[in-house]
Amino acid sequence: MATIVAEPTGIPVVEEHHEMSFIRKYIFSSDHKVIGIQFLFLSLFFLLVGGLLAMLMRWQLAWPGRPMPFGGLFPETMAPDGIMLPEFYISLVTMHGTFMVFFAIMLLLVGVYANYLIPLQIGAPDMAFPRLNMLSFWTAVPAGLIALASFAVEGGAAGAGWTSYAPLSGMPEYSGVSMGQQMWIVSLVLLGLSSILGSTNYITTVINMRAPGMLWTRMPLTVWALFITAILGLLAMPVLSGGLIMLLFDQTIGTHFFLPETGGQPLLWQHLFWFFGHPEVYILILPAMGFVSEILSAGSRKPVFGYKAMVGAIVAIAFLGFIVWGHHMFQSGMNPVLGTSFMVSTMVIAVPSAIKTFNWMGTMWRGNLHFHTPMLFAIGFVMLFVIGGLSGIFMASAPFDIFIHDTYFIVAHIHYVLFGGALFAIFAAIYYWFPKMFGRMMNDRWGKIHFALTFIFFNLAFFPMHTQGLAGMMRRLYDTSGYTHTADLQGTHLLITISAFALFATGVIFAINFFGSMFRGEKAPPNPWNATSLEWQTPSPPKHGNWEQAPVVYHGPHEYSHPDVTDKDWLAQNERPDVVSPAGH
Amino acid sequence: MNWSLPENIATYGGKIDALFWVITIVTGIAFVLVEVGIIWFCVKYRRREGHRAYYTHGSKSLEVLWTAVPALALVALGVYSASVWAYIKGRDAAPSESLHIAVSAKQFEWNVTYAGADEVLGTSDDFSTRNQLHFPVNRPILVWLEAEDVLHSFFIPQLRVKQDAVPGMTIPVWFEATKTGDYQIGCAELCGLGHYRMRARVTIHEPAAYEAWVGEQIAARAASGEPTVVAASADLGNDVGDGTGQHAGHDHSAGGM
Repeated sequence: MATIVAEPTGIPVVEEHHEMSFIRKYIFSSDHKVIGIQFLFLSLFFLLVGGLLAMLMRWQLAWPGRPMPFGGLFPETMAPDGIMLPEFYISLVTMHGTFMVFFAIMLLLVGVYANYLIPLQIGAPDMAFPRLNMLSFWTAVPAGLIALASFAVEGGAAGAGWTSYAPLSGMPEYSGVSMGQQMWIVSLVLLGLSSILGSTNYITTVINMRAPGMLWTRMPLTVWALFITAILGLLAMPVLSGGLIMLLFDQTIGTHFFLPETGGQPLLWQHLFWFFGHPEVYILILPAMGFVSEILSAGSRKPVFGYKAMVGAIVAIAFLGFIVWGHHMFQSGMNPVLGTSFMVSTMVIAVPSAIKTFNWMGTMWRGNLHFHTPMLFAIGFVMLFVIGGLSGIFMASAPFDIFIHDTYFIVAHIHYVLFGGALFAIFAAIYYWFPKMFGRMMNDRWGKIHFALTFIFFNLAFFPMHTQGLAGMMRRLYDTSGYTHTADLQGTHLLITISAFALFATGVIFAINFFGSMFRGEKAPPNPWNATSLEWQTPSPPKHGNWEQAPVVYHGPHEYSHPDVTDKDWLAQNERPDVVSPAGH
Repeated sequence: MNWSLPENIATYGGKIDALFWVITIVTGIAFVLVEVGIIWFCVKYRRREGHRAYYTHGSKSLEVLWTAVPALALVALGVYSASVWAYIKGRDAAPSESLHIAVSAKQFEWNVTYAGADEVLGTSDDFSTRNQLHFPVNRPILVWLEAEDVLHSFFIPQLRVKQDAVPGMTIPVWFEATKTGDYQIGCAELCGLGHYRMRARVTIHEPAAYEAWVGEQIAARAASGEPTVVAASADLGNDVGDGTGQHAGHDHSAGGM
């Protein structure tokens, strides 16, 4: 192949081949791959922290008032004699949600894979703004540390829920938490900044730096999903940041944006939070859908069924995602007529998710299914995301939401979407792209054991929460045994807690496989899955600058089992058409 | 484990429960279709040596079908839900013959003000109770819901009623019970460290018994001279556990209480 000199953006393909110091290479790196891996370690750490907080909550719910194991390690202000205090429980609820949503799932999906995959999948040498990218990572680190440190300050960590509804969040007199709540705000403002910097970068990179021939219609669905997610982040995050700063002012300099005594409006916080928060929900699922589309296609050895409809569904979800926020507020006191309109838009947003689900099934239909670990997690994603999607319809119906709003039904729902959905897709992605990131394979047998146990214990831990919700059990209760309508559900709590402990333990299998494979895994070939997209057409791991020769794209992203290609069942995006010349695409 | 909704004692509860069953059936069909389909595909199309996947980029007609069917089902569900929603939560949904009661929530108790014998709130024969709500069966009740400090949420599961209480707003909530008995109000919105024990006893009386109870309260008020606040006390501690106002002072860092 002739050397490709033409670079549409004028950015040299090969840059800085001089040796860099360790610090420039691995700590303050501007290489998108290193930054992606840095985000991976950071977010897995917060996944662990969020999980530990959940284990503490589960202990209290199963055995209210019984001393925790290692409870003596906690200070008097959290758990005197190892017995958890109600205010500590509320902090756990708040920080579990905060860490999982903002620092684990969002960073895993976007921080890790947008950084790592976008340049590789579109054939670019790096991000458009590598230093901005480095800044994005190094803003996220203090954000997470501030949130973590808030447990140690007087009054403890924030205690108004991950949604921090005002006035509870705005008035220390009401929550007993002052410093912790302010640190929560500062942490999320910083994280929002990191996210905005990242989004700007991803959008610019996708628009400007696609390799020659990488048409919009040839972009892998992962890139499409991450691109649209970045647009969501760029539009939604500033709204959260603005709201957070208003909340901080209410606490510190005496403004009354959300405090009613002097004309403020508590519902304003909810509108601002959910105007960000609902697009955020899709930030947390669209990339997952992208990974799954790609892994299902490679695992089934078939093109993605209905590629254009899949792209259309991503765009539709993103657009509709901005006009459904009110469904979090059906019972908030908002005008009920507004509730009706939000109910209709919410019903409509379920349609693109249905399209995606059926298209995933279409992708598997008449395929040649390889059940490697990433494929199993991708199939698991579809099976569990469907449950989370369908349970959402119960809440979308405003009159039925009257009953299940703020019950365990919503807790079950969010975990089916964020754990059964997003986290299963993240596991699929980690197993799938690990060889590219680290040059070694993860152990497939242990991967399958990890999948099977995670799938079983996930369902045992979260499915019963639907039944608790249907009984009317409210969420965020330190002790549910005082209510007559749920008093006999303590046995369900016990089942959930034991399953949750087992689920947490499956993480150990993953951790051993992850770190063990990093050093001792089988050496990975460039393209272990016989996949078509560009990142697999470069060494594992790719060198600084990604490409020996800049790729030129000739084919669609998921050309598996093309009838004109007879020697193998895949066609790389950059394979020259004079070598193989398939009809169409 | 529990697989159903709690007992329904509200006149409109049937509408909510019917909606539950309709959604369960519709989503149940979709659930079985997808899960069985995936498992079937996993078995049928598992990898076989020498086999090659069928090359296709999709099917217009299938995609139109599985876009249109869910869209129609969901819009129909939305329209159906909208009518139930308006009936229950519409701003003017409360029947005109409703008995008016004012409920004010604060950390971590429910204060209830009754209209007294004249059935008009804001007159001199009003009286209040703490952590207990009394009303008659078979009569629509219109609660004027307020909050003094933070958000709370007024939830009586068996009456299928839930409404956030918001400081600075007075929100009307109506319901009508079909059965007498003792139930509980729970707080469904995180309101601070005592959220889990912010509950009150609900007593639904026969109309005559309700009148008698109101009479007793007014007499007690007359005897003591000042507006009577009937606080929850030991006599109701038995079946509502320890969740009454009396424990409010026992907690640590009692901010704002």
